[in-house]
Amino acid sequence: MTDPLLAAALVGLGGSVGAVGRHAVGLRIEGRRSVLTVNALGSLALGALLAAPIGSEATLLAAVGFCGAFTTFSSFAVETVSTAADGEGRIAAGFAAANLAAALLAFLGGAAVVGALA
Amino acid sequence: MERTPLGFLLVALGGFVGAVTRYGIDVAVGDVTGAGTLLANVLGSFTLGLLLTRTARHRTRLFVGTGALSSFTTYSTFVGDAVTLGTTVGAAYVAASYAAGFAAAAAGLFVGGRL
Repeated sequence: MTDPLLAAALVGLGGSVGAVGRHAVGLRIEGRRSVLTVNALGSLALGALLAAPIGSEATLLAAVGFCGAFTTFSSFAVETVSTAADGEGRIAAGFAAANLAAALLAFLGGAAVVGALA
Repeated sequence: MERTPLGFLLVALGGFVGAVTRYGIDVAVGDVTGAGTLLANVLGSFTLGLLLTRTARHRTRLFVGTGALSSFTTYSTFVGDAVTLGTTVGAAYVAASYAAGFAAAAAGLFVGGRL
């Protein structure tokens, strides 16, 4: 069992790097596309990490911290609701479905590739 | 402003706080798959809606919004939990997360607009 303080530090460190990475993507890609990109990429990485034989410290740093923070649900929800409120209901529904489909496929794909290698 | 070192520092500090708080909720909630993530995602969606309607201050948005709240909530763990829960329960978990998350974001935007 990891020491609670070390666990929090690892999650926080991974979270810092994940947030900065997401911010960097957001500076290059606008709005909804940026959210979809980080959510798909981060889910791919999480699927791969959880299928890999890594220890609990690495899981806290990379999976809980980095992948958890690199991807975002709050920005996704606000983007979806704002798009719908702007009268673009179809785009909002498509965006919500695309996030789920892309993240799910990415997660399963990442897990399958690492599972085949391990 | 966004691209300055200060902007990245604010996002990094916020990301630290957001991720640790999410982990704290996970630990407090315990072994129920998806429960902590659902709670964090709903709380964070409401608060982000509130923040974006209450302040246009760029540094506040970077620290609290892009940094803390966006890192407090997570999509990757949400999808991972849905897969772990299996087809039927996982689908219900996705539907509940979407419904509660959208309602929370809408409530945050609405309340923030009225204050």
